[in-house]
This record gives sequence, C-alpha cells and structure tokens, in this order.
Amino acid sequence: MFDWKWDFVWEILPRLLVATGNTLLAAGAGYAIALVLGLVFALAQRTPYWALTFVVREFVEFIRSTPLLLQIFFVFYVGPQFGLRLSPWTSGMIAIGLHYACYLSEVYRGGIESVPRGQWEAATALNMTITQKYRRVIIPQAIPTALSGMGNYLVGILKDTPMLSVIGVAELIHVANAIGSEHYRFLEPITMVGIIFLAISLPAAGLIRLLEGRVRRKLGL
Amino acid sequence: MLDHTGFPLEITGETTPMVSFRKVRKSYGALTVLDELDLDIAAGEMVSIIGPSGSGKTTVLRMLMTLEQIDDGVIYVDGQPLTHMPKKGRLVRANERHLRNRRADIGMCFQHFNLFPHMTVLENCMEGPVHVLGLSKAEARDRSEELLELVGMISKKDQRPSRLSGGQQQRVAIARALAMRPKVMLFDEVTSALDPEVIGEVTNVIRKLVSEHNLTMLMVTHQMGFARDISDRVCFFYGGKIEEQGPPAELFGNPQRERTQQFLRAVREAV
Repeated sequence: MFDWKWDFVWEILPRLLVATGNTLLAAGAGYAIALVLGLVFALAQRTPYWALTFVVREFVEFIRSTPLLLQIFFVFYVGPQFGLRLSPWTSGMIAIGLHYACYLSEVYRGGIESVPRGQWEAATALNMTITQKYRRVIIPQAIPTALSGMGNYLVGILKDTPMLSVIGVAELIHVANAIGSEHYRFLEPITMVGIIFLAISLPAAGLIRLLEGRVRRKLGL
Repeated sequence: MLDHTGFPLEITGETTPMVSFRKVRKSYGALTVLDELDLDIAAGEMVSIIGPSGSGKTTVLRMLMTLEQIDDGVIYVDGQPLTHMPKKGRLVRANERHLRNRRADIGMCFQHFNLFPHMTVLENCMEGPVHVLGLSKAEARDRSEELLELVGMISKKDQRPSRLSGGQQQRVAIARALAMRPKVMLFDEVTSALDPEVIGEVTNVIRKLVSEHNLTMLMVTHQMGFARDISDRVCFFYGGKIEEQGPPAELFGNPQRERTQQFLRAVREAV
C-alpha cells in the first residue's frame, strides 16, 4: 500500500525546485508590498484627517474580515469587468500584498502605540517635525515590538501562497498537482511539497527570532 | 496694537518679559486646571513653582512647551506670541509652522527623563542639533561633548540610557535640552523620580546653570529647600491660580496667605 518511489522523486525534483523558486518569489514580493503598504495604512490611521482615518480603518477591517481566496478571485476574475486585465502573477501579488498589508498595519499600529508618550513629548521638546518624530524616534522603537508579528506574517504569507494556484500561478501546490495528474501519483509530489515548506518555514522562523534578539540588543532595549 | 480680544500682537519695550502668560485658561472637561493665569518671567530669572498636586503646576510648563493647548488667553515668549500668531492684524491660533518657529526658544526636562533608548548618550544630545538645527555632525559633537562635560557625563557618552542611573539619565536629559540653545529652560519635577542619594547630582547641575548661565528657568519642584536656595522668585499655586508669590526668603519665611502657610506646614511635617 505504501510504495514510495525514489526514482520518481528524483525525476520530479527539478520541476519542484523551480516551483519552490516561484513560491519564494511570490511570498517575497507579496511580503515586500505588504511591508510598505502596511506602514502607509498604519500611518494613515494616525493623521488628523478623520475622513482618511475612517476610510482606511474600514478598508483594513473589510480586508481582514473576508477570505484571501475571495480577494484573489476578485482581483483576477472581477478586475477585467472594470478594465483591469492583470496576469495571474500581478493579480496574485496585489491580492496577497494588500491582504497582508492590512494585517501588518495592525502590527505596526501596535508597535507605534507601544512607544511611551514621553518619547513623543521629548521629540516635541526638541522641536522635531512630525516626520522626524516618526523616522528618528518612534518607528525605531516600534520595530522591536512589531518584529515578532512581522515574522509571523512572513511565515503566514509563505503558507498562503498555495492559494495563488487557483488562478494558475505555478507555485509548489500547482506544480505538484500537475505532476500528480500527469503520472497518477500524488504521494511523492505532495509529500515533497510538505517537506519543502517545512524546510523553508522552520529556518525562517528561527532567523526571525534571532533577528528580533539582535535588534532589541542593538536598540538597547 | 491690540487684537480684537484685547491681547497685544507682540510685547515690546525694554522690560519685555521672556515669558508672559496672559489670562491663560485650561480645563479638562469640567475641571479647571488653570484659571486666568497671569505670569511674567523676566529674562534670566529663575522661577520655581510649588503647590499641592493638581494645582496646575505641571500644566504651566506643558503649555509653554506646547505639549498642551490652552483654551483661552495668550502665551508670549520673548515678546512674540507662542500659542497664537498674528494674521491680518489679529491673533489667531498658531499653526504647526508657527509653533515650530517659536518652540525653538524653549527646552524642557521631564520627570521621567524621556531619553531616546535606541541612541547613545552622545547621540541623544546630537539628535536635535543635527536633525532639527541642521548643524554639521562635527559641530553638534563639539557642542554635545562640551555640555556632557558640564553635567559630568562625558565618560558615559557612548552608553545607552538603560545602562545609566536615574540621576545620570536626568543629567544627560539636561545636556540634550541645552544642546538646542534654548532661551528658556523648563524643569518638570526633574528630581521626583530619583532615588534620594542621586538627587544632589541633578540639583548641583541646575545650581551650576543658575550661577554660570544667563538662562531663563521655570521649575516645578517638590524640593522646598532647593527652590528656596536657587530661585529668584517662588510661586505657590493653588486651585489653578497663583495664590502667593515672592522672593524665596519671604514666601518661605513669612508666607502671607493661609493656604501657603498650611501647605508649607504640611510639607515640613512630612519630612
């Protein structure tokens, strides 16, 4: 019943490795978008313009309350109706980047709010501009607090890349599924995908913890 | 020239006070913290504010540092309005740009120091001069090192604040504020969070500033002995008003008002 074929494993490995590259690319690009956009969303909610704050807060809440899969479908299949004809990759990056930007904005917000009020006041007493306050004083201190959340979502985004398979992005699950259908064998490809994910996630989580410790020490916290 | 509300657009003349509160009011909801405060502080004067907690002492400093908005009245610094700006011949509430212009004259030290924990002692002092005043790194370093020397913290210049005692942190905070070359220095209960044995090192620095520098200083303190020693004038706050003020020898030696007498008696008994 359990017949694991090593020959088959070696045969499909090159295709799986290419797919691994795509998975990493998707996770990396999506995460980069999320990191930047998340900060924009977080800061937008802290401006004195209540309308902006309101719109951004509701948008973040909306994205966080609906499934990622739905958002991927929406961008890819509904987008063209509004003249937005995007490739699977572009659609996928927009959807996943936007989705995680909303989660990261909450992480940033938590980090920013963890900085004591006295730090803002000291920055005011030094006559800093609002930009200087954020750049020089607040964000450097918010990052150590935000780092563990940021790390969790990096692993999270990696594990969510398989959802892009539904719109035809050739990441690991997509390729494993294709291999399985071609050879009528799913045991090896699917197991290999599991192992590959584990091999990426575990070191990534470890690295993040290491980085967290280093940053904390570097900032003297 | 007067604003329609009766406040001058600027204060001129030879005896222009460095700081002037004119009918300043501040309340939090129903609670009135300051009630039509009038207070002039001359250039180079050292004024201490004492009084029971909740009397509005700290609020005076926080409003002057623009950490709190005032509800009514005007605050002037060096003759120019701080909380307001002239526009078409009348005073309107200051915008951020005006505040940034006027705030440069004021420096402040806090009860809990509020040093930047991610910077070294020297970086804390250089931060403002480099990024706000636009000094070169070399100039800012010279200025900061000179001031760290003054407060006796030069040997710790490469340490992080978390490595320092409270007294040491407060001395660095004083150097950091001075590095901005303010005309007015505010000390908000700077010894209240300190262990008793290190209070002296901070008060000695302030003493030195009083005797060697011509700064205008405003200090909120619970240390009556210190206030008596170094102040030109002591203001006793009660219920959002100055209940009594005068030279320290008079206010401490022969207080006129009953509330002042009660307060000073209570403080003495507590020691």
